Amino acid sequence: MTSAIEIRQVHKRFGPLYALCGVDLEINAGEFFALLGPNGAGKTTLINIIAGLALASSGSVRVMGHDVVTGYREARSMLGVVPQELVFDPFFTVRETLVFQSGYYGLKKNNSWIDEIIHHLDLADKADTNMRSLSGGMKRRVLVAQALVHKPPVIVLDEPTAGVDVELRQSLWRFIRQLNRNGHTVVLTTHYLEEAEALCDRVAMLKKGSICVLDSIRNLVSNISEYRIRLRLSPGTLPAALQPLTISHDQGCYVLAIEEYSQLENVMAALRVAQTQILELQILQPDLEEVFVKIMHDAESLESASA
Amino acid sequence: MNGFLTLLYKELLRFWKVGLQTVFAPMLSTLLYLLIFSHALEERMQAYPGITYTVFLIPGLVIMAMLQNAFANSSSSLIQSTVSGNHIFMLLSPLSCQEIFTAYVLASVVRGLVVGLGIYGVAVGFYELPLYSFAWVFVFALMGTALLGAIGIIAGIWAEKFEQLAALQNFVILPLTFLSGTFYTISSLPPFWRGLSYLNPFFYMVDGFRYGFFRSSDVSPYLSLGILMACFLAVSWGTLRMLKTGYKIRK
Repeated sequence: MTSAIEIRQVHKRFGPLYALCGVDLEINAGEFFALLGPNGAGKTTLINIIAGLALASSGSVRVMGHDVVTGYREARSMLGVVPQELVFDPFFTVRETLVFQSGYYGLKKNNSWIDEIIHHLDLADKADTNMRSLSGGMKRRVLVAQALVHKPPVIVLDEPTAGVDVELRQSLWRFIRQLNRNGHTVVLTTHYLEEAEALCDRVAMLKKGSICVLDSIRNLVSNISEYRIRLRLSPGTLPAALQPLTISHDQGCYVLAIEEYSQLENVMAALRVAQTQILELQILQPDLEEVFVKIMHDAESLESASA
Repeated sequence: MNGFLTLLYKELLRFWKVGLQTVFAPMLSTLLYLLIFSHALEERMQAYPGITYTVFLIPGLVIMAMLQNAFANSSSSLIQSTVSGNHIFMLLSPLSCQEIFTAYVLASVVRGLVVGLGIYGVAVGFYELPLYSFAWVFVFALMGTALLGAIGIIAGIWAEKFEQLAALQNFVILPLTFLSGTFYTISSLPPFWRGLSYLNPFFYMVDGFRYGFFRSSDVSPYLSLGILMACFLAVSWGTLRMLKTGYKIRK
């Protein structure tokens, strides 16, 4: 089967600065994929290269098997991109914007699909309003609609929920998830890690222009070797044996780090021996955010060690 | 509709939606020029024998307005898009460089022709203007507006701020049009300035365009047409290269 997106040894240099240093990545058709990384890691640059908005200094990118440079017409018709910036053409209404965008792709009778996306994105009331007078959230919806106007099999969303209210975020994800279920490949970048965790199958983490992690979210989270338990105890009574495990404590609430669940027994035993009463016990699941912070931190310390 | 026609239609709609500013304002200012210059200079100047100065002036003013508006159309459309960032919608689509180039040039041509036709329409209501050959008039109108439309694409992509574009318009395009023989025939100039005028491509547009009305000109219309075609080919080649390499727009 052809990959939805195939990235081979992509480098991108801006003058003396390397924005991407040899990125290799393959995203399967039908996947819901997240591209994560701190600001300036190269996520948007990579997306721009996939979309043809930027040209790679070397390396190649294919979308549904079509090279984005030599087969740009096919590659671009396979791809819908929601840009990060709220850009719009102030001369036109929402419907005009969508009809023009559809026309750029050479689609003739696309009105029923345009009506459908207008409906799904709750834009019906605003369809004949000029783009200039829409709120930020509404403009964001139009951007999503524009990316979908030619029914692309691959959809790339560059931080689509930045600065968007909770309700819109929910409805947007419902819609995108629906598209994914219908077979569209979805790639997104986001700063909300819980979003990636809830929606995506796999993630790639970018750091300083390289992919430092590429795995399924389940593996990443289960590989993390640390679990945390939060205990609320009767005042001031954490047994001395447990002090080394404590990573934070606040008004009778202690957070302990353990390496595996079996260690939990030792903790309980120590508490029993000290005759300490447990008022509350909570096991904290590691989440993607923790993985992210750990990996970014590890990459940094590795770097400073080698420097 | 295919992609090219959509872009062309969008570009036409863009200026037509603000027609007061893009069509009627230049018509008005050109007609004011005509009114004022004809009042002030009618008695004092004669460019061609047997033709009053006002009548001589009309074709020059018409082509000048056409050229300026053709340039303004592509350049302002592109700079507005690149500054606000909405040019990416065009770049994300499968439109080719040639399609983008042709759509912008044609929209410029249409705006130039609409403005020119408007001025001409009003002017012939008041003055008796001969028309020797519609074909020559049309060919020079077409070549001139197409050339300026293409230059406008380069300018719109090159300029990063409105200020830079305004500078180009005020310090390059405007002087070249004013000094191209719009208001005089270059045969009335001292030799040095006449020689310099031959280096100004705008001169050939004005001179050839005027030939279509009066059947007299400073140089042969065939020479003018040849020079303009060469200029258009060179500028088009440059513009297409720019679009192809993504100069400033595909980083």
